Amino acid sequence: MDILITGLLLGGTYALIAMGLNLQYGMSRIMNLANGEMLVIGGFAAFWLWTSGLVSPFLTIFLVAPVAFVLNWLIYIVILRPLVRRARSRGQLEVDSILTTFGLSFVAVGIMIATFGGDYFSYSYLARPVVILGENYALNRLSAFIGAALIAGALYLWLNHSRPGLAIRAIAVSPDSSRLVGIDVPRLAAISFALGGAVTAVGGGLISMFLTLDASTGVLFTLKALIIVIMGGVGDIRGTIVAALLLGILETFVATVIDPGLTLAAAYLLFVSILLLRPQGLFGRSPS
Amino acid sequence: MNRRWMLKLATGTVAAVTISLGAAQAQETLKFGAVAPKTGPLAGGSAVTFWPNVALWAHDVNGRGGLDVGGKKYMVEIIEYDDQTNPGETIKAVQRLATQDNADFIFAPYGTGLNIASAPIFAKYGYPMVTHTAISDQIKELSEKFPNMYFTLGGATGLAGGVVDVLNGLRERGEIGNRVAMVNVADAFGIELAEVARPQLQEAGYEIIYDTSYPLGTQDLSPVIKGAKAANPDAFVAWSYPPDTFGLTAQAKIEGLNVKAFYTAVATAFPAYLGANGAAAEGVLGAGGVYADGAAFQEYAKRHEEVTGAKPDYWASGMVYASFQILEQAIEATDSIDRAVVADYIKNNSFETVMGTISWDENNNNAAYWTVGQWQGGVFKGVASTGREGAVPVNAKTGWE
Repeated sequence: MDILITGLLLGGTYALIAMGLNLQYGMSRIMNLANGEMLVIGGFAAFWLWTSGLVSPFLTIFLVAPVAFVLNWLIYIVILRPLVRRARSRGQLEVDSILTTFGLSFVAVGIMIATFGGDYFSYSYLARPVVILGENYALNRLSAFIGAALIAGALYLWLNHSRPGLAIRAIAVSPDSSRLVGIDVPRLAAISFALGGAVTAVGGGLISMFLTLDASTGVLFTLKALIIVIMGGVGDIRGTIVAALLLGILETFVATVIDPGLTLAAAYLLFVSILLLRPQGLFGRSPS
Repeated sequence: MNRRWMLKLATGTVAAVTISLGAAQAQETLKFGAVAPKTGPLAGGSAVTFWPNVALWAHDVNGRGGLDVGGKKYMVEIIEYDDQTNPGETIKAVQRLATQDNADFIFAPYGTGLNIASAPIFAKYGYPMVTHTAISDQIKELSEKFPNMYFTLGGATGLAGGVVDVLNGLRERGEIGNRVAMVNVADAFGIELAEVARPQLQEAGYEIIYDTSYPLGTQDLSPVIKGAKAANPDAFVAWSYPPDTFGLTAQAKIEGLNVKAFYTAVATAFPAYLGANGAAAEGVLGAGGVYADGAAFQEYAKRHEEVTGAKPDYWASGMVYASFQILEQAIEATDSIDRAVVADYIKNNSFETVMGTISWDENNNNAAYWTVGQWQGGVFKGVASTGREGAVPVNAKTGWE
């Protein structure tokens, strides 16, 4: 039971890291390698507002979300849209966007170092134990998990029950045919990219409560997010959540029962076996 | 009239600027190269420990009119390179400083691995290499190979030995028993320290009841702390790196791992550690330490904060500055910028620095170094060393509140 809850909490953290990338990669077809940097920026905002003005990270995220949305929207319009226009095929767009966002991640790291410095930022917020079924858990991890659940729920409802959400899913399935039925593909692709960035930045704000970040750590989160998105299936928010929770529970199980040194090995074993058995990911559609 | 006056003013200004430029050009400078991570895994550490000291040292030296070499004053100019925490880049940057920038001296890089990687290049071009953040048990072999390499921060055996000494002290006072939980990050530093510490602890009669490693970058350390707690230890020792030092501490607080001796390694001495943990940091043991009550360190810490806007850490920060002071004093004492002469002087003399006296044994090693410090009243004070003065008695940790 203890393993299950600890694992779920860790899975919540992973979901926060990966949901934004799924929106960006699944819906607007941009494999955003600067995703982790956006997460660190969100984390830094939470750190800065907490240490300078004692603003709770839970308030900060409401500020971070619109700012990150606009920022990502601009990034998409200015930098990525020309690539989308130019790309003849999906493969070409992927290669171009990987190269561009890879470069963008260096720019983001450079800007962060120039503005905030390279120091670690770590603060203590809600680092209190809560007792669930007789075991101690960190309150900040629990609240981040609840945050992840709320974001995931909202995204799921929006994508499945609202008109723009359905349109975005249509783009994910087939960008060319969705134009035929009157969907404004360029606009909605920009929106889903921006939304993905906002979700990532909010996730960064939440996980900065218990993880120590610095300007250069973004790439670690990008990698983790990539693995989770691919495991879950590109373009399906349910897949990302399930993959994140699965990974969290597996890592905690291995760390507790076998050895903490083997968590990475176990994570990659899971990754490889999912790729072998279901190359399209847990919830992904097989390309027909 | 007005226009003519303006013209006069303009000509005057131009003339003044030209004159002052001329004066500045006549003032000769010495070039110092600085290579360390600004990005990559070690960037967080070097942003605290290394780079502010480079700025502070240049500020201090230029503030008093430059380095005095044979009666002539030289301002110092710093050439900075980011090595991206990549040994290949460190080597390239040092090479570039030596051959393209014609740097007069080069500061040792940051971190054990990057120092060892670039030592052959320093040796090839004859630059004295006063290391400040290199911890190694291979000092004898290294100094035989690279006679211009000097060590100040100590070795793994000494660091681990310091922890055993501190535990012994607590055990003698009856604060702790023999049960030690030891964990390490699965990285060069953590693995080496754990391997060195294991026999030392066993020899001293401790029972290692929980012994495990975790991968670098582990995002949830609660299984590690839960496992340690379940073993019911008297002391907890973690050979950890910065992010996990913070993570382990936060988790220990949440799980209520109430050991009387709680030790985390790198970054425990960082000001950010106190910032993140506040009063809970009280009594935490960590790698390093300084003579925190000594006038030399306090004066240095004050200037560090005034000039760079950040507090120094309580371990390697002072040693970084001290290594620059060693170069500075050697240059001024020999009245020479001949690198061989300066290196020879360093080898045969001891130096008064912000960390106290630094002197060398036969392996160019500063044999007296700090090993363990403890947060006491918001200051990280040295509690164990291999022969430095100023150690304070160690306290048992009393909970996390």
